[in-house]
Amino acid sequence: MYAYDEIDRTLVNERVSEFRDQVKRRLSGELTEDEFKMLRLQNGVYLQLHAYMFRVAIPYGTLASNQLRALAHVARKYDRGYGHFTTRQNIQFNWIKLSDLPDALADLAEVGIHAMQTSGNNMRNVTSDQWAGVAPGEIEDPRIWSELIRQHTTLHPEFSFLPRKFKIAITASDHDRAAIKVHDIGLRLIKNEKGETGFEVLVGGGLGRTPFIGKTIKHFVHGRDLLSYIEAILRVYNQYGRRDNIYKARIKILVHELGIEKFSREVEDEWQHIRNSSLQIDDEVIEDIRSRFIYPAYEKLPHMPDELRQAAADPDFEAWRKNSVAAHKNPGYSIVTISLKPIGAPPGDATAEQMDALADLADKYSFGEIRVGHEQNLALPHVAKRDLPALWKALDKLGLATPNVNLITDIIACPGLDYCSLANARSIPIAQELTRRFANHELANLIGRLHINISGCINACGHHHVGHIGILGVEKNGEEVYQITIGGRADEGAALGNLIGPGVKFDEVADVVEDIVEAYLALRERPEELFIDTVKRLGVEPFKERVYATR
Amino acid sequence: MPLVNGGKIVDDSFVKLAVDTPLPEGGDILVPAERFVGEADALLKRAGKVGVIWPNNRDIDELVPYLGKVAAVALVFPSFRDGRAYSQARLLRERYNYRGELRATGQVLRDQFVFMLRAGFDSFEVKKQADAEAFMQTAKRYSVFYQPTGDGRITALHRRMQLRHSEGVGT
Repeated sequence: MYAYDEIDRTLVNERVSEFRDQVKRRLSGELTEDEFKMLRLQNGVYLQLHAYMFRVAIPYGTLASNQLRALAHVARKYDRGYGHFTTRQNIQFNWIKLSDLPDALADLAEVGIHAMQTSGNNMRNVTSDQWAGVAPGEIEDPRIWSELIRQHTTLHPEFSFLPRKFKIAITASDHDRAAIKVHDIGLRLIKNEKGETGFEVLVGGGLGRTPFIGKTIKHFVHGRDLLSYIEAILRVYNQYGRRDNIYKARIKILVHELGIEKFSREVEDEWQHIRNSSLQIDDEVIEDIRSRFIYPAYEKLPHMPDELRQAAADPDFEAWRKNSVAAHKNPGYSIVTISLKPIGAPPGDATAEQMDALADLADKYSFGEIRVGHEQNLALPHVAKRDLPALWKALDKLGLATPNVNLITDIIACPGLDYCSLANARSIPIAQELTRRFANHELANLIGRLHINISGCINACGHHHVGHIGILGVEKNGEEVYQITIGGRADEGAALGNLIGPGVKFDEVADVVEDIVEAYLALRERPEELFIDTVKRLGVEPFKERVYATR
Repeated sequence: MPLVNGGKIVDDSFVKLAVDTPLPEGGDILVPAERFVGEADALLKRAGKVGVIWPNNRDIDELVPYLGKVAAVALVFPSFRDGRAYSQARLLRERYNYRGELRATGQVLRDQFVFMLRAGFDSFEVKKQADAEAFMQTAKRYSVFYQPTGDGRITALHRRMQLRHSEGVGT
């Protein structure tokens, strides 16, 4: 955990008092709605279909138990008793009153949480691997660098009114859990031949209506140059990114229009001017940030404790353990993923009671730490293996032990037409129906790893382009129509899915997904061949034939 | 539209010239970039200060040869959402060491003052009277800054380094 110091806390409090003043001026009519809109957005406040929606940042997905309790408190006191975890390590509250917002922000500020960089055309909440610092084989903890970027991007005086939003993600593992290739800037932490830390920098990835996989702009940027290099990219983008058309304003379009070679030359020119400026980071600064990350005092514990051996007799426990428990860099411990995808419920929601109880469990079993992943699930990053059976029982009671992590019912979905003013179609009901169709755990397990992503409009908040099965809701002649793609992925092998054919109606979506899955089960070479690999081997055709043969 | 300079509301000595307004005998003038570049020699010879209004989509490099001769550069925010002039301002101050008046014009509102100050603006054509009156108070809203810019304010990272070193001395 990163511990905020007095300096960080002062800034958060200054931000709250500024927003309190802005809300006051809006309510008195001194600010027009047009003027206020950008200000509220910069504090995470959207106006949605039914009410204001409030988005709170969970930088690089790390939460302390007292912070999770504060989120529960906001859900209970100012909202309807629940919150919704998003695909970008944020949490959203959907029913909050404008006049309550300054108080809600003040309550969160007490535990060092805020809503800066969660909306508006600025550098958004930096995201990272939810297993950072605990994943086996990780090069080094990317959160140190994430925190450096968090500070640098917060209320940046030059880049708070960019052509469009700007997202940075960072990973330090071979397996990319942060989806860096679909971000405006993706950073892959690597070492050079001298063993020094640096980054492969990717630029111009993104989804939305014109999806692109990010391109490598520089193979190695030394850690000390990270901020100046990011600043150079942003300065080129701020000046030359398109502002005439909101749909062409993201950096991916600039990179595409200029070409990566020309774009990278522009960045290089700019960077040479500023790389030796005060943006250069010396080792002492990194050490200072590192020193404020509190690492657990792990005990030396057995890899296979008696508690685990005994619990193995319980098939329900074993199903959960095999599904939701992952290896930790310390052999006596595990990383536990907590599915927020119970059968029949909206993906990513947690009630205030669940959040409070999870905070208690984190204190008891995970050194007070909770993680949030872009798949809209949570994780306890440091659970002693001997505690797994007790933790499982407690999670099960809370409805948080659904053993479906990475399976077909672990669906990523945007809020869709049920909440969102941009949506053209419903997302959550599609997800709910799909979880019911595949509720049988044996069946889901037989199918194996399969990611379904659902977006209720072209803006792609559900990341449908990179779902193994992607579902995009659009509106056609006043009706919801869903376009289905297959073969997308968001990890280190990121790819965009391919359309299987004409769109289908709301009622048909679950049937189509069942057809695709049945085709896969029949076509796979062996049980270990994942859906995504079968699609890669065979292409779209056999799936298309199966789906449209009878329609 | 009130002008804030040096933190106070002041009278604007500059008169804005259009592309085709006849050149006045004396007095301070602000000239659109296009005209300025075309008539620079004549403009700079006359009595009275000359400033230039530089649009946010015109390359600032073109202005560099004149920076020692102009009394003011006015950058433009056609909408407060359009942040290109922040980059131009920082380049003028930090790369080209421009020390004259740097004026923010266009949709200049209270909630952008801190960003503008940090980018190097020292003069503001403020859209609303109430915002102009609240300038000093607003400018002091923040005491913590994470990014280094040319305004010289100490960043959080450096303040921490200072704290570390001063703590180190006593122990």
